[in-house]
Amino acid sequence: MDKKPSHARTVIAYIVLVILTILCLFFFYILIINCTRSHQQIQAGFSFLPGSSFSKNFNAVIHDAKLPVMSGIRNSLIVSGCCAVLSTYFSALTAYGLYAYNFKLKKPAFIFIMLILVMPTQVSAMGFINVITKMGMINTLYPLILPSVAAPAVFYFMYSYMQSSLPLELVEAARIDGSNEFRTFNRIVLPIMKPALAVQAIFAFVSNWNNYFIPALVLQENSKRTLPILIAMLRSADFLKFDMGKVYMLITIAIVPIIIVYIALSKYIVAGVALGGVKE
Amino acid sequence: MSKRKKSEIKEISYAKWGYIFIAPFFITFVVFQLIPLGQTIYYSFFEYYRSGLTIIGPNPVGLDNYKALLESDFLKYAANTIILWLAGFIPQIIISLLLAAWFTDVRLRIRGKQFFKVVIYMPNLIMASAFAMLFFALFSENGPVNATLVSLGILKTPFRFLASIAGTRGLVALMNFLMWFGNTTILLMAAVMGINPSLFEAAELDGCSPRQTFFRVTLPMIRPILVYVLITSMIGGLQMFDVPQILTNGTGSPDRTVTTLIMYLNNHLYNKNYGMAGAISVVLFIICAALCLLVYFNLNPTDSDRKTRKKNRSNAGKEAING
Repeated sequence: MDKKPSHARTVIAYIVLVILTILCLFFFYILIINCTRSHQQIQAGFSFLPGSSFSKNFNAVIHDAKLPVMSGIRNSLIVSGCCAVLSTYFSALTAYGLYAYNFKLKKPAFIFIMLILVMPTQVSAMGFINVITKMGMINTLYPLILPSVAAPAVFYFMYSYMQSSLPLELVEAARIDGSNEFRTFNRIVLPIMKPALAVQAIFAFVSNWNNYFIPALVLQENSKRTLPILIAMLRSADFLKFDMGKVYMLITIAIVPIIIVYIALSKYIVAGVALGGVKE
Repeated sequence: MSKRKKSEIKEISYAKWGYIFIAPFFITFVVFQLIPLGQTIYYSFFEYYRSGLTIIGPNPVGLDNYKALLESDFLKYAANTIILWLAGFIPQIIISLLLAAWFTDVRLRIRGKQFFKVVIYMPNLIMASAFAMLFFALFSENGPVNATLVSLGILKTPFRFLASIAGTRGLVALMNFLMWFGNTTILLMAAVMGINPSLFEAAELDGCSPRQTFFRVTLPMIRPILVYVLITSMIGGLQMFDVPQILTNGTGSPDRTVTTLIMYLNNHLYNKNYGMAGAISVVLFIICAALCLLVYFNLNPTDSDRKTRKKNRSNAGKEAING
């Protein structure tokens, strides 16, 4: 009596899961197929088999005079890489400061960060542009990198992780051995935090790689632009005259490297999502 | 007594390190967030915009920007944002609850859970603007989707998705759904797995059907995380920008029915209408501040029961990370 309804439910569950899987993968399949086909082939109709124009499309995109794709990739890598390093290091440092030490403003500082945990940066964008213009940082990559030192969501993740896996006795032992506080953090605390640092570094990298709103307001020169802005430029170009092979290729360049890294590290990333609960 | 004194000495001697370690965070926050926020609020009370090449203002005008905001299409864009958010969120929460219940149901024994989790989370990491560009290419009048539908005989003539209100809104909702349902499923699964298994055993012994177990046991037990998912999704919905912006090239067409609040803010920022941009930002800030407070009380519950549950959840996740 118990087994039969479960059997029917299992079948329904698998059907729904397979439909969702197809829905998730189908668009990327078309993307991968189309980036290997020439403009004429794409316009002629859809095919399930890849074409042979991959390298032609690739070269056409990276050598496009109007679309600085190479510098776009470089800028995106610089911003995302620096943000990943800064946000994880300083969030761990801040979390450690509030976790391991007792001081008067400890509680207020913690409550403050928790209050701004999910505050979107868009609400202060107007003043942000004003401030960085006055600081002479408009049209540079700095205003996209430096703010990641203060990342409340990453902080909260690090703090929770310390609560569950950083015994303060370890810090005490290091003190007795004569290690100074900063050295203790770098040499003893950071290695323990490695799993948390890795997961948050990936998330920070991805969210900055994908970030469009603020970079589009800050970066006005072609050579400074990041990939999402180039995608937007492509969208506002006269679409009908465009080589569709190039369009699909640029989209591929923007998302496929992330997917490859994701598949390689998926186990840790999925576990990190379950653990964090807080993500931008 | 002496023990207490000793610990006080220790606290005093190390306290400065606490301040040193948290200083970079707070300095950065003040420079790049707090001062900008203050300026945003300040200039929302000023006439401050660019007309041609000349900058007008800043001249104090009191609440004029807010009055202008109410007379503009602000409310229409707010309604757009809510419609687009709901159209993505409702299917998202239903599917996610269903998947979370199935994945955690021992009686179902679904194989390949890890594979499905990896696949459904993947769209969350995709660049939203590239994803929107991809949808634009795929769903354009002579794109592959229309070509397939016509060649299969489902449609006689290509359907212009981006010329129809329902078509465009539907595409935005579909993209938001695809990007977020995996994330929500994983969060809800973690919450369900944090429930004491003996509750499910008791429900089974009492003869509960799967449906009863879901509505009477699972749902009430994961309410805190459901509230969290709801609020963070609302904040995410308010921030909706990349997808409709790229899909419609910033026009919000047809007839600005997919223009969101942040797209409206972006237009004012792009045209250097700082006064109006400030007023929009302040309204958004007030809404977000209220939502932030709800998240705060949701994550810092007072009763001890919730705390233990959260601890269980984070321990489970930690083990998963460490392999």
